[in-house]
This record gives sequence, C-alpha cells and structure tokens, in this order.
Amino acid sequence: MVENRPFLAFLTHLVLILGVVIVVFPVYLAFIASTHGPGDFMRGLVPLLPGPHMIENYSFMLNEGISSAGAPPLSIMLLNSLVMAILIAVGKIIISILSAYAIVFFKFPFRLLAFWIIFITLMLPVEVRIIPTFKVVSDLGMLNSYPGLIIPLIASATATFLFRQFFLTVPDELMEAARVDGAGPMKFFRDILLPLSRTNIAALFVILFIYGWVQYLWPLLVTTDSRYYTVVMGIKRLAATADSEPQWNFVMAAVMLAMLPPVLVVILMQRLFVKGLVETEK
Amino acid sequence: MQAKRTIFPNKVLPYVLLVPQLAVTLIFFIWPALQAVKSSFEREDPFGFKTTFVWFENYRRLFAEASYIGSLGRTAVFATSVTVLSMCLSLLLAVAVNRVLRTNRLYTTLLVWPYAVAPVVVGILWWFMFNPTIGIAPYMLRALGVSWNHRVDGVDAMILVIIAASWKQISYNFLFFVAGLQSVPQSLIEAAAIDGAGPFKRFWTIVFPLLSPTTFFLLIVNINYAMFDTFGIIDATTQGGPAQATNILVYKVYSDGFLGLNIGSSSAQSVVLMLIVIALTAIQFRFVERRVQY
Repeated sequence: MVENRPFLAFLTHLVLILGVVIVVFPVYLAFIASTHGPGDFMRGLVPLLPGPHMIENYSFMLNEGISSAGAPPLSIMLLNSLVMAILIAVGKIIISILSAYAIVFFKFPFRLLAFWIIFITLMLPVEVRIIPTFKVVSDLGMLNSYPGLIIPLIASATATFLFRQFFLTVPDELMEAARVDGAGPMKFFRDILLPLSRTNIAALFVILFIYGWVQYLWPLLVTTDSRYYTVVMGIKRLAATADSEPQWNFVMAAVMLAMLPPVLVVILMQRLFVKGLVETEK
Repeated sequence: MQAKRTIFPNKVLPYVLLVPQLAVTLIFFIWPALQAVKSSFEREDPFGFKTTFVWFENYRRLFAEASYIGSLGRTAVFATSVTVLSMCLSLLLAVAVNRVLRTNRLYTTLLVWPYAVAPVVVGILWWFMFNPTIGIAPYMLRALGVSWNHRVDGVDAMILVIIAASWKQISYNFLFFVAGLQSVPQSLIEAAAIDGAGPFKRFWTIVFPLLSPTTFFLLIVNINYAMFDTFGIIDATTQGGPAQATNILVYKVYSDGFLGLNIGSSSAQSVVLMLIVIALTAIQFRFVERRVQY
C-alpha cells in the first residue's frame, strides 16, 4: 500500500464483497433448494432460507435416484465420475511425462514431427470432430465402457509442454553425473527426474482431475447405458425431464453433490491448483 | 527445437516412450479430423449407398444458409460479450484483491472455486435462477417492471447464456490477472506516487499497460472458451433456442450432425471450426514466443 486512503479501502472491500456475492449466490440458491420438500416450489418463488428436508433429499438421490428420468442412483454416477477423472488425470500425466522425456533427452529422426503431432491435439477439441471420433470409438467397440470414456481424452499437449519446459531447466550436469555413475536412461528417469517432477505432477493432477470431472459432451456421446453415466451428464438428464417441471429439490441435491468433489479439490489444494493452472496455460 | 546438450544414445527407446501419446493422438484426434475434412467434400445419397465427391458444394450450401450466417453472427456477439464482461469483472476484482493485505487469501479462495464447476452445472444453476415460473431473478425483474422469459424471448435467452458463461470464467481470468498484477514492480508504483499520481492515474498509466501481455493472452483464451467450452451451458439452458437465438457454432455442429445426421454440412461446419481454433492457437503461441512490447 503506497498511501492510506480510507475511502478507497472501503471501496475495495465493497467491490470484493459484491464479487463474492455474485460468485456464491447461485450456488447458495441451489443449496437452499436442495433442502426443501417438493411442495415448496409451487408457491411461485424459490425459498431463500434452508428447509428441513436436506438429509432426506440427499440420501434419496444417492441411493435411489429418479429412475423415471433415466438416471441411476447418484452414488453410481459419482463413482463413474471419480474413476473417469482419476484415470484421465493419471493417464495424461503418464503418457505426457514419457513423451516429454523422449523429446528432451533423446535425439532421433522425426523428433520434430512427433512434437508437432502432439501440438496439433491443441487445435482439435472434441467439439470440432464429434461424428468421426464417435465413429472410431464405436468401430473399436468402446462405446459404453470405461476405456471409451477415458482413452480418447488422454492425449495431452499442455501436459507434455509443461514437462518439456521443466525438463529443459534440469541442469545437464545432473544427467552427466548420473551417466558417469552408470545409470541408464530409465534409471535416470525413475530415480532422478520423477522425484524432481513431484510438485509439477501434483499440480497437473489437480488441474487434470477437474478437467476429467467436468467432461460433458464426450460422456454424452459414448454412453447410452446408464451404468456408465457420469454425474455431470446425469444431472442434465434429471433437469431435462421436459414434460413436467423438474423436481427442483432433487435436481439441486444432485447439482450440489456433482460440484462438491472438484470444488473441494480446488479449495483444499489451492496452491497446487493455482500453480498448475498458471503454468500449464503458458 | 531446443534439446539437451547431452543426450542418451538409445535409438529405439525414445520411440517406445512416444508410442502411447502418438497412438492416442493419431487414432482419436488426427484420423477423425482427416475424416471430417474428407467428408466435408462429399455428399451421401439419402440411403447411404453411395458417396460422391462434390468439391466445395457443402461449403457453398453452408454459407448460403441463412441459419448458418445467423449462427456466425450470434457466436460473435456471444463470444465478445462473454470475453468483455468476464474480463472486466475479473480485472476489477483482481485489482481489489491486490490492494488488500490481510484478507487477500480468503477473498481469493472465495472467488476461484467456480473454475471447478462443470459448464452444464453452471447452466443449470443460472437456468434455475432465471426460471420464468419460480426463479428469483424474473421475480425481482417483475418488481422493476421488466418481464423476463428466456423460453420465448431470444434476447433474454442470449443474455442468460452470456451471464452464465461469464460467471464461470471469472475465476480463471481473476487468477491470471492477480498473477500479472503481482509481477508489476512495486518501485514503479511508488515512484509514480511520489510524483503525485493518484491511485486511478497510476492504474491507467502504469499498471494497465504493464498488464497488456496478460490481457492479450486472456483475450484469446476467453474467445476460445466462449466459442468451444460453452457447449454444456447452452445445452443446459436454452438448447440453442428459442428460434435459434442462442444456437452458436459449436452447438449447431452438434445438433446438425449428431442429432440431425446431416453429415456433409456438419463436416463442413467442423472444418470451419477447426480453422478458427487453429487461428486462435497460432495467435496465442506466436504471442507466447514474443510478448507484447512497446
């Protein structure tokens, strides 16, 4: 702070508090809605204070779900999302760290070509190649399966770039010393490079876990069997029961449960999250 | 391209290390993309027996279609509004957080978590708030004499998706602006203060220009976000309606191709979208190589 201006300090906090209100209010409203009984939504305005039905709504959604909307119990969908998010994050990290290692520590024909092929994935989000990608997955018999949900998403240019950037900063002497001591490439990778990359791996894991959890279009395309629904796409089905008004209390209980895991990850691992976000995007 | 001065001599190992990444990329990214390009030049007869090569016919029809041109325009309006709204709000919040000392971390925590909320869920949250029958926002607007119904009014629907998409992106922009603000040298600000520049003048003449690399980077990222990552928001709130009012390009390619099964047109749309992403990515990476300078 350069100088003391009480009015400006007041204004600063006012702006921040308003910002927090804007950010939090929609979720507060959803939480409130998830604690009421179904009848409380008939009066023409959503309630603004918590109701008494919270535990009942949440346990109903977790254990039974609304089968008329074609959605299985939330516990199954949450488990699917968890499996998908973790495996996508782990898979992306493994294949990216290996390819970054190959690109930085070896010289071989077509190195530049390999780099560019990886780079291209940045330019081809699922949204621009929906039908042909769907066709490939269906030809491989991977519809309605975990591999189908996970493998097509685990190529990662950003993760590869992050590891490449990091490997380039590892001093050459470290590798020379390892080689003098007789370590082969895989031993050097396992015993020196991996331990050095620990924080980068953790930061990436946080970002990629969130990436995997919030996937929507891809699970929507490849799953028609409700056993493989993820929670994010399942919610959409709940909310879209078009013939009648959705059962708001149940939908919002599902919304809260679907938001909770990744939001907790961000809040509890804020430092790693910020590091991962700011560094992968450069 | 940069590599280590000293390297391992193995000949086969690097290929083995690269195989998983390249296999996934080739099978699930490059091959489908090439298929999309190929079928954008083809036309299938109604029974799917025969495909003929038709050159640019699909593109010609696409750009002659009023609904596609309309969708291009709406995408531009949507992307611009989301980018401007969310970047302005985030910059304001980042500057404010940068001024407070003790409560800095608390505010940051409270502002960043929407990053982890899935776009569809964001859509449902705002759809609930703006629900014409029970939502709180239409209720308050009615008190002000404004009637709100995004189910029939295209402008209302567009405003709804813009607000929802901007809300989701605030946390991201905020974090990058905070990082940018922290790298502005304190000595410059103090020097300006000694010379008698007030807080607002300091912001516009020193801080804001020094933030321009961050701002430019975020500009590209936000346009990219608004054009491609908002599929879930549209699908959860308006599904492109009413009367195509919020049918942005990425939603249209899905609804024409996957739901409407118009392969030729959808492939041509995919290729147009690919060109847009390629252009945005190219701009972004050129910029990373050479930062905006004066």
